[in-house]
Amino acid sequence: MKMKTIMMGGAAFAMTATAAMAEDMTIVSWGGAYSASQKAAYHDPYSANTGVNIINDESSAEAVAKLRAMAEAGNTTWDVVDVVAADAIRLCDEGLALEIDADTQLADAPDGTKASADFGDLLVSECFIPQIVYSTTFGYRKDLVGATAPTSVCSVFDTAAYPGKRSLEKRPINNMEWALMCDGVAKADVYDVLATDEGQARAFAKLDTIKGDVIWWSAGADTPQLLADGEVVMGSTYNGRLFALIEEQKQNVGMLWDGQVFDLDGWIIPANLSDERKARALDYVKFATDTQRLADQAKYISYGPARMSSAPLVGKHASLGIDMAPHMPTDPENAKNTLLYNYSFWADYRDDIDAKFQAWLAK
Amino acid sequence: MSNSETVLANDGTSLKASLAKSLRRQKIRALLLIAPLLLFVLLTFIAPIVDMLFRSVENSIVQDTLPETVQQLASWDSTTGEAPDELVFAALARDLKVAVASKSHTKLGSRLNYEQTGISSLFRQTGRKVKKLDLENTPSFKDAFFKMNKKWHDPTIWTTIQNFSGKYTDGYFLAAADLERSTEGVQAVPEDEKIYFKLFLRTLQMSLTITVMCILLGYPIAFLLATLPLRTSNMLMILVLLPFWTSLLVRTSAWKVLLQQQGVINDFLVFVGIVADDNRLELMNNVTGTVIAMTHILLPFMILPLFSVMKTIPPTYMRAAKSMGANDFTAFRRVYFPQSIPGIGAGSILCFILAIGYYITPEIVGGTKGVFISNRIAYHISSSLNWGLGAALGAILLVVVLMLYWLYDKFVGIDNVKLG
Repeated sequence: MKMKTIMMGGAAFAMTATAAMAEDMTIVSWGGAYSASQKAAYHDPYSANTGVNIINDESSAEAVAKLRAMAEAGNTTWDVVDVVAADAIRLCDEGLALEIDADTQLADAPDGTKASADFGDLLVSECFIPQIVYSTTFGYRKDLVGATAPTSVCSVFDTAAYPGKRSLEKRPINNMEWALMCDGVAKADVYDVLATDEGQARAFAKLDTIKGDVIWWSAGADTPQLLADGEVVMGSTYNGRLFALIEEQKQNVGMLWDGQVFDLDGWIIPANLSDERKARALDYVKFATDTQRLADQAKYISYGPARMSSAPLVGKHASLGIDMAPHMPTDPENAKNTLLYNYSFWADYRDDIDAKFQAWLAK
Repeated sequence: MSNSETVLANDGTSLKASLAKSLRRQKIRALLLIAPLLLFVLLTFIAPIVDMLFRSVENSIVQDTLPETVQQLASWDSTTGEAPDELVFAALARDLKVAVASKSHTKLGSRLNYEQTGISSLFRQTGRKVKKLDLENTPSFKDAFFKMNKKWHDPTIWTTIQNFSGKYTDGYFLAAADLERSTEGVQAVPEDEKIYFKLFLRTLQMSLTITVMCILLGYPIAFLLATLPLRTSNMLMILVLLPFWTSLLVRTSAWKVLLQQQGVINDFLVFVGIVADDNRLELMNNVTGTVIAMTHILLPFMILPLFSVMKTIPPTYMRAAKSMGANDFTAFRRVYFPQSIPGIGAGSILCFILAIGYYITPEIVGGTKGVFISNRIAYHISSSLNWGLGAALGAILLVVVLMLYWLYDKFVGIDNVKLG
């Protein structure tokens, strides 16, 4: 009798344990303020609605390599992964991400517009579900730039007017484009020029003029820290990081929107999930990328929602109470001179130009 | 019992055989005892390493994705400067149909893009259009592919496919040695792409510098630890171990705060007046930063073996030397130092081998001039996904370390190494 009770109790416990495990879902993202904004805008309401327990993993920076390793080991432990568009394209190419049909698997806009039309050009890969538009742009120390604050991205290359160190990302992407634009190449021709050996040499020659004044960063938090410490006069980073530095931490830093490069960040669902997990991941993604949810995220971080229908719903910052619209990279006032990350160009030229870039750095 | 008979054990068998039997049993028992560990090491350490190294030559993806094309292409002469004939294109059409269905064509595109820029998008674009291609009623596949993308008539694309059609490739190792295969055979890559040889050399040089710095700084500390009274030396030991127990990232970040141009050290130097405010020292984002931070991080690995060896040197030897008329320096040089050499050997091997594989610290404080080959390996594993090249670089690094170990054994002798 007693034995039986114990066994039944054990069985019941085991069942609740497996049931509880089945309701866990691992979502991978970038960590920091960005993950916090996703938790507030997506995870918490989703958990409240469905009872699914969401586990946050902050591995997005190594997501591509880790997903490949997991797929080779035959044990993918992630359910939904936040990646930049370029990584989503690679994952799709490698067959590691699930193909999505936007119209049937994602939510329509409130006015009935199909998801594919609402996202428009931002659906850059069959596997990619866009979430935000962010930009890589420059911040500068107001007290270190002298009387005239920089208004053009080419100030970065002007060490006579703005002496001091500047920080740039340790990769060719964006830097090569800025170098060519500031060397007199028209914006429309940048990628045609960059596709040639002479064009690449020209970009390196331009970068050579400031090479001794550059501190190269590899983590998004580096430039804000360098600006706060006064190590650099100006530096490139993601616009949301600069927003946090200027508006939340009240540092004496100005925003230079000129020449900002738009990029996308969004979700992918790993290929080869079990049917049950796949269905849940799709359900989450459908919820998290609907019009209201994308607009909600902008309350916590200054990245633009990827849906056109979300833009009018963007309101005030949740704790600062300031209007968020003027801080969006897509705001007309900020977007006078912009560049869009060229995914197909970099998918082809990344390996080649990166090899040259690294050799140039080591010289 | 006569003398001519063999000696028998209790149970009547020959003593020799029964002795061998019991020895064998002992050996098996010992083997069974270490079997879990052996199995664990094999499965979780040796096997993954072998698997990873194997990727540096493995190249079956081209054959697996385009089996017919590869076969047809074998007879094509790449030196003619013209695209292959219709047969090859027809085979390509059939292969791509299958590949697109399993979505493996883009994977092949990424693989070949490491060798020839542009193949990635060529395969992605062609894949979309191949779906509409009619295998039965296409008059000329050569024209059909040309219409999809002009690059299909570019012989360099076909040379790349032909060069990398084998099941195994030396391409990754060539790339890791700054070489490439072209129509004229193996040759050096253009000057503006050479990087790996330089990085290997720099890794060795800097690891050596760091090891020497560790010896110079660690020897006096270890000497102090070994000769001071126990109470004081225990205190000092804790000071040596304390940073050892602190997270590597925390220590490296702390160095950042100290070394940067607006950092603590520069601020102090400016305050004292040694350095002008507009001419602050560049202590990080270069070789100096890496050497300083890594010497600090690896110092305990030098001090601990040195200390445990010095502990075993009886103080009476020094006293004896002095009583026979040697001054302090001579007694140290002729009596103490030679006995501490095994500790230097052990510490140096530890420091050097750890240094050669480091990448977090150089990444954070090394800038562009202070990074190691391991930073490039990390890039290829986690960022460019070129695991083959990463594996080839890793294999070369492994061989270099083993060779240095062999050299060390030959000239210093591994028997002279003592950890205590």
